[in-house]
Formats: sequence, structure tokens, C-alpha cells
Amino acid sequence: MSVATTDAVLPYDEVLAKYDPVMGLEVHVELGTATKMFCGCATTFGAEPNTQTCPVCLGLPGALPVVNAAAVESAIRIGLALNCQVAEWCRFARKNYFYPDMPKNFQTSQYDEPIVFDGYLDVELDDGEVFRVDIERAHMEEDTGKSLHVGGSTGRIQGADYSLVDYNRAGIPLVEIVTRPIRGAGERAPEVARAFVATLRDLLKALDVSDVKMEQGSMRCDANVSLMPKGADQLGTRTETKNVNSLRSVERAVRYEMCRHAAVLEAGGSILQETRHWHEDTGVTTSGRPKSDADDYRYFPEPDLVPVAPSRELVDQLRGTLPEPPGERRKRLQSAWGYSDLEMRDVMNAGAVEIIEETVAAGATPAAARKWWTGELARRANAEGKAVSDFNVTPAYVAELDGMVASGRLNDSMARQVLEGVINGEGAPTAVADARGLELVQDDGALESAVDEVIAANPDVAAKVRDGKVQAAGALIGQVMKAMKGQADAAKVRELILQRLT
Amino acid sequence: MTDITRLTAAEIADRLARKEISSVEATQAHLDRIAAVDGDVHAFLHVDPEGALAAARQADEQRAAGESRSALAGVPIAVKDVVATQGQPTTAGSKMLQGWIPPYDATLVTRLRAAGLPILGKTNMDEFAMGSSTEHSAYGPSHNPWDLERTPGGSGGGSSAAVAAFEAPLAIGTDTGGSIRQPASVTGTVGAKPTYGGVSRYGLIALASSLDQAGPCTRSVLDAALLHEVIGGHDVMDSTSIDAPVPPVVDAARKADVKGLRIGVIKEISGEGFQPGVQKRFEESLQLLVDRGAEVVEVSCPTFEQGLAAYYLILPSEASSNLAKFDAMRYGLRVSPDGVDSPSAEQVMAATRDAGFGDEVKRRIILGTYALSSGYYDAYYGQAQKVRTLIARDFAAAFEKADVLVSPTAPTTAFKLGDKLDDPMAMYLNDVATIPANLAGVPGLSLPSGLADEDGLPAGFQILAPAAKDHLMYGVGAALEAALLEQWGGPLTPPELAGDHVKEIAR
Ligand SMILES: [Zn+2]
Repeated sequence: MSVATTDAVLPYDEVLAKYDPVMGLEVHVELGTATKMFCGCATTFGAEPNTQTCPVCLGLPGALPVVNAAAVESAIRIGLALNCQVAEWCRFARKNYFYPDMPKNFQTSQYDEPIVFDGYLDVELDDGEVFRVDIERAHMEEDTGKSLHVGGSTGRIQGADYSLVDYNRAGIPLVEIVTRPIRGAGERAPEVARAFVATLRDLLKALDVSDVKMEQGSMRCDANVSLMPKGADQLGTRTETKNVNSLRSVERAVRYEMCRHAAVLEAGGSILQETRHWHEDTGVTTSGRPKSDADDYRYFPEPDLVPVAPSRELVDQLRGTLPEPPGERRKRLQSAWGYSDLEMRDVMNAGAVEIIEETVAAGATPAAARKWWTGELARRANAEGKAVSDFNVTPAYVAELDGMVASGRLNDSMARQVLEGVINGEGAPTAVADARGLELVQDDGALESAVDEVIAANPDVAAKVRDGKVQAAGALIGQVMKAMKGQADAAKVRELILQRLT
Repeated sequence: MTDITRLTAAEIADRLARKEISSVEATQAHLDRIAAVDGDVHAFLHVDPEGALAAARQADEQRAAGESRSALAGVPIAVKDVVATQGQPTTAGSKMLQGWIPPYDATLVTRLRAAGLPILGKTNMDEFAMGSSTEHSAYGPSHNPWDLERTPGGSGGGSSAAVAAFEAPLAIGTDTGGSIRQPASVTGTVGAKPTYGGVSRYGLIALASSLDQAGPCTRSVLDAALLHEVIGGHDVMDSTSIDAPVPPVVDAARKADVKGLRIGVIKEISGEGFQPGVQKRFEESLQLLVDRGAEVVEVSCPTFEQGLAAYYLILPSEASSNLAKFDAMRYGLRVSPDGVDSPSAEQVMAATRDAGFGDEVKRRIILGTYALSSGYYDAYYGQAQKVRTLIARDFAAAFEKADVLVSPTAPTTAFKLGDKLDDPMAMYLNDVATIPANLAGVPGLSLPSGLADEDGLPAGFQILAPAAKDHLMYGVGAALEAALLEQWGGPLTPPELAGDHVKEIAR
């Protein structure tokens, strides 16, 4: 489904010549707790609809919430990692509004008393420059259920014959991280937005508080964008692009909104304060719900819950559980592994740091680990539209494979065949190699006679090599390998040929 | 042998223990009484003979096997219809929930079942517990057994009337601004509101979460204490429930000792504005306590006068949010708007709420929505919360001077059905003496102080104690009750009922 648009946009250079962008990013993160925010229901993704529900998360009359202590601890750890203050005392509030898949018709959230506030996250851009993003707050809330509108052509409630609601997601704990207005990023605003979300994602992953899968919605970003005429001091009207669900889309959506705002302003129009929907396929945003001062959520402190008052001892104890900051860790690993900046960035972009670390720990060389995970395996995953983690390949298997290459049992192309077998579920690399009969021929007699036969059959080429044109040996090596059905070590073949001809 | 239904719960429990009667007999006797007189009283919205008798049989079997589960095992009970009972209708007195059968039990019901109390049925109430007379029940009012033309109070009038009319020895009520104590007062029964958080709210259809408290409706102070002990205590499903053992309420009720206790009379809730006969019985009761060794002091709680106003902002605010879930989407009533071909979810919701909610509920939802809306929050809800803090401070100061505080429970005896129905303010004033305890979360108990001279109807005596010291009010209540029973020569009982009154009115 493609959405037509007639919105005008201004070229990016012209936008920057006249305006300074201001961004505000709100990132929702589903916490990876075993149970929901206010009840004991499981949070497993993809379960049969409405099988993970109870009177509490269904909002049945009489049911009461109880705060999940693990979710509070996750929120505090996120805050500490974002250099935030932790509230000594805070409360939940009710945000009252009607939403068909919200069982109580209010969302239990935090309003003016967030659990953590006033922090920052240093974000490294592509060229190594560090941009500091100030964090206003991070607060806890519950997710809503999910509607499926059946019949009708658009998948929306209008025109649908009926709607189905799945409450498995209702009550899943969320932490919403809200930045202060990000100013001064200029032309790099879209890049800052992407880098912020990427850095945050790595941080949350390192904290092990969420699986941060943007494509599954466990991490979603709302991007607020406004423009200020250069030299002006007053913030422009902002739009809020909702639920952008990939790093690339964050960058594109910010850029698009900057260009669209500028076109509206240049044409003498004014920006409507509204939510916008991002369309991945066409790379544009379309108008959503107008946001007006009439939005009145009638917040008040949630009377069914006692205040949350984390003790200083708990906060200190949680501070002790913080992982090494991803930036520092990255520098440490890069130096330990001896990767170039470019190699390290590839590894980061592929999200392969942890798996390489495990593979090295399992005995592979850092170079081999990088080669397999960001090379062959990433290529295959990409081609099949899968994630590397979908394959049956463990760090230990890759280390085993690397060991077989290093010991001379396999050459590169044989190693790829073994990997193929591992992916197909044929077992560990040694088992695959044994079963498929993949092993470099170690019998020098057979190899030597093959070399001699090839040299005898190609006197012209042999003569060139003898005359010092060493690169001509390649043709001979190829023929020997063919004769050996690939099961020879190419380096050794080359060595034997050169021995005989020089 | 005395009719079982005339016995208190403690007396039934004694006879069960001595195997003079069985739980099946006790339960059947009450079911028979309900069948005989509920046509007059209309205390019940739903009666469950099969369930009650099955539980009674089980209680008898366990007793026979020597495994009696609690002091009240086998004693039947009625439960206010705002409390979720698995497999039995729960309507909160509203059309909105007509026929709704909860898939789960409230925690207090779980405890009743575990303690072996057969549940006779669900008692009538003002819709979603909003009202002081049961006239706002969508299923018609309950009638006061002392005078069927009068209200049994509200919102828990059904529970108190059931106890007063000997249809049940015990009942569960909920008290948001006095809905256990005010009905107790006007039906000549005992009602106790424990400290906020003393009994789990899990499974109580919420009216105002920060004020609601379930508690016992009985005919004696000891019965109330025994029931309090069964349903009270911490519940992991309710984070506002107190994480401490139940205070020694039964011991206190058995001791019934007031020697050396300082009893504070709250200046602001007695005297002027209180019916002379009610005031007179209150003062006589006070004298009985003095005779038994208590010391009386006068205390002043000046901010109590703002309590009613604060209450009528906080209650509707919380109620407007708590009732938002009734949207016709998942359970309960669903009404399609007239003349609309394919109505939207919002249109169905509006039509359902229009048909399903009564006037009083709509009135309070509108009030609460307004009081919470941005721009008005600070002036109304915020201000009311400040008053609440001041009231708590008044209580704290008063409890420096006195161990318990006392007042008449309600300003008047039972008023006539229909008298205040069109005057919400007059109705609200009936809770003026009970509301401060809910705003501060302190426990309160009402017991009969006698019959008012001018109309011969029951008046109530209220005892308030500091939070978590519920046992103090039971001790004082039991002492006063003993003195009064001695004076009266036995409990005061309403006139005999014919059982055909409501039918007559219907005709
Ligand atoms: Zn649940």
C-alpha cells in the first residue's frame, strides 16, 4: 500500500541556509521483564492472542494494579546509565483517555513525578565528533493492547467489518526516555537523531533491560521537529512523527520533516501542531491527529498504587550493576582486537560486537571472527531476509571452524561448505566436515604427482614461470586444485609448483 | 430452641462448635427467612441457595473431620453486590453490569470461602455505591426493617437491612464516606470501617480508590471483630493494603474495657444540626462510658467543616476515572443508538452510558471530569487534597488528647424514601459525620445507641480510632454495647415483617 502525497519539500541545502532545526526525541522501550508492569502475566512475544491476560491487565471491575519491582529496577538502571538523578519518591498517575484497546480507559503512567530525570547521553557521530543530548526524564508506563481491524481496504477502523483486540501486550512495562530540545545540530540533525537512537539502543542492550528490537516494536521513537528562522530565538511549531521503527527511518523522517516544514514556511504558511505518520515505503510523513490544547488527559495521582520510594541503598546497589559504557567498551575492544576504525564501524553497524566477543572468547582470532560474522554469515542472512541469530551458528562453532582452517584441515572454500552444513542443521563443523568428507589432502605423494602431471601437460606456462613470470603460476595452481577436486591447500600447491620451476 | 436467625454470629458459631446445630441448618434457616421477608425489605439482589448450602455442607463435613477452618466456619454471610464473586452476578446496583458474572473472586471473598462462611447472596446498594439511601439502586430501593416506608441508609443499605431483618447474621459492606456506618446507624445494627488498607480492596468495584474500605455489618460488636479478623490483613494483590498483622480486634471486643480511656467528643460533629433524639441518645451513651471508668474530653477539629466539600470533589474525580472502563466494549451492557445504521465505537459507548448509568452516577461523573480537567485541577482536586491533609492533621491533634473520638453516626434517624431524592445536597449532608474518617483513613465503628424519642427509630453512636488501632474502637464499642444491653434488657429489635410489602408497593 502506497500513500500518495502532495506535500511540497524544500531542498535540504536551502532549509539549512534559512533555518535551524530543533528536535525532541521520545523513545519508548519495552522492558524485558518476565511479567507485566502491574500484574503477574507473562510477556512472551508472539503468544496466542489473549492467552497472557488476567483481571488486572484486562481492567476488569475490581481488579487492582501492583507495581513490578523488576521494572522499577530496570528504569532506575536506565536512568543511572543516562547520568540521571533518581527520584527519592515518585508516583504513578492516571492518564485518562478513551482508546479501544486500552482496557481501563486510562493509562497508568508517570506524569510530573518521573522515576529518573536530568541526565545526558554522549552520542558519537560518524566522523567521531561527540554530541551531547540532554535527557529531560525517563518514566515508567504500561503498554496498550493491539487492535486488528478486519474487512475494509485500509486496515483501519473506518470501514472495517469488525475489530479484534489482543490484550497480551496490554500492561507490558515501558520506559519512555524524553530528551530536552536538541538545538545546534544544524545540518547534522538527522544524523544526530539516528546516532542518538543507535547509541541508546546499544546502551539498553548492554544493560540487558530490553531486546530493543525496533522491527518488533519493542523500541519505538517519536521524533518532534521544528524549525527556527536563523537568528531567531523563538521555537517554531513542532510536529511529532510517531512510531518510527528503524534507525534509518529516524534519520529520514527528521530530514523529511525539516524539508516539509521549510516548504510550508517559505510558502507563507504555518505549521500545524499535529502527530504525523511515517511511511517507510515512500519516505514521507502524512498528517495524523491534530494535537490541540483541548487534549485533556485529566492526570491525577494513581490512588490504587502506593508511591515508589527507592532507597539509596537500592540505587547504589543498582549503580554497581551498570555495565561498561558502550563507548568505552567499544574503544577497549577495538584496541584489543586490532581493528581499524572502518572495521570497527562495520562491526558496530552489523550489531556484531557481542557475538564477536564471544567468538574470540571461544578461541577464534579477532580477524577470523570479524570475517565470518560480518562477511559470509551477514551476507547470507541479508540474502535470505533473516537475522544472523536465526541460523544455528554459535560463536563456538565459528571458533571451531576457524581452528580447522588454521590447522590446515580446511581451506576457505571448504570452510564455507562446512558452514553451509552447519546452517542446514547438520551439526557441529567437525561433524559436517567428517560427514561430507571435506578435508585437505594431506598425502604429499598424490599432490606431488598431480603437480608434476599439470606441469608436464602445460610446458608453455611452465616455461613462463621459469622465466620469472611468477604470476603465471596461477593457471597451474587452478588446474592442480581442479584435479584434486578442491581438497588441497592452495598455498601448498603454489609452493610445490614454484619449488619445481624456480 | 431459639430461632437460629435471631442469634448473633458468635452464638451460631458456639452452637456449631458444640454441634447443637449444623451449618446447613443455619444456612437454610436464613434462606427461609430471606424467602419469607425479603419481599418487604428487598435487601438482596441475588440469592444463591445452592452455593450457600454446598458451602455449608462442606463446613459441616470439615467440622466433623475436626478441621474447622475459622471461628466463623459455617456461619452464613451476605455480601454487598459491589464485591466480585466468581460465578455469581455482581452488578454494583447498576444496569451497566446487569448479568455480569466475574471470572474471579475478590480477595475478601476468597478469605470468606477459605474460612468456611457460606455466601447467601448479594445485597442491594446505591448504584456504584453513590448515595445514602439505596434509592439510587437501578433495581429499586431497599426498605428499613424498622419502618418499611423509610430508607435503610446507603449505599450499603441492603447489607445493613439484611442483618437488621435477621436475613443474615453477617454481611459485608463497603464504606467510602460512611456507607457501612450510616446504614448501621439507621437500621440499629453495628457497622465497622477498618483502617484504610486494613481489608484488601482487590475485587471491590472501585468507587473512589483512595477512600473505599470494606468492612463488617453485624448485630454485635464482637461479631464485627470476628468478621474483621477473617477478611482483614495484607494482600499482595492490593499495594495499598497494610503490610502488618490485623490489630487484636477480637481480644479487644471480648475485653470490652474502657477504664482510664480518654474519649474525645468532636465538637464539630454533634449538637447543632443533629436531631434532638439522636443527640440525646448520644449523650446518654457517653455517660454510660463515663460510668464504666472512661474520661470524656472535648476536642475540636475545625477543618472537618470543609470535609464534605473536599469529599464531594475527591470522590467524583476518582469515580469519573474508575467508571471510564464501562464502555460497552468488553462486558456488561451494550446499547446501539437509535436511528444510526452503523454506529461508531464512540456512539455505542455514549448510548450505553446514557442507558446504563443512573442520574446520580452521571451527575458525579460530570462533576469529577470537570474537577480534574486542566485549568480547574488546582482549584478543585488539588485544593480538596490539601483539605484532606488538614483533616488528617486535625485528627492527629485530637488523638493527642483522646484515645478514641466519638460522635453521633448520622445527624438523623432514617428518612422517608423519596424525601431527599430530588435534593442531592440534603442527601449528601447525611454523611457529614462519617466522611472525615474516610478522608483521613482512620477506622470507625457505629453501634446502636437506642431509639430516638420523637420517631422511635434507631440512632447510632460512632467511635473513631487512630489508624491501625482498630482494636481501640472495638473495645469501647463492646463496653458501650454491654452497658446498653443491660439497660435495655436485651437487643432492640424491629417489628415483625409480613413479607409482602414490596409487592404491595409494586402493585
Ligand atoms: Zn495480567
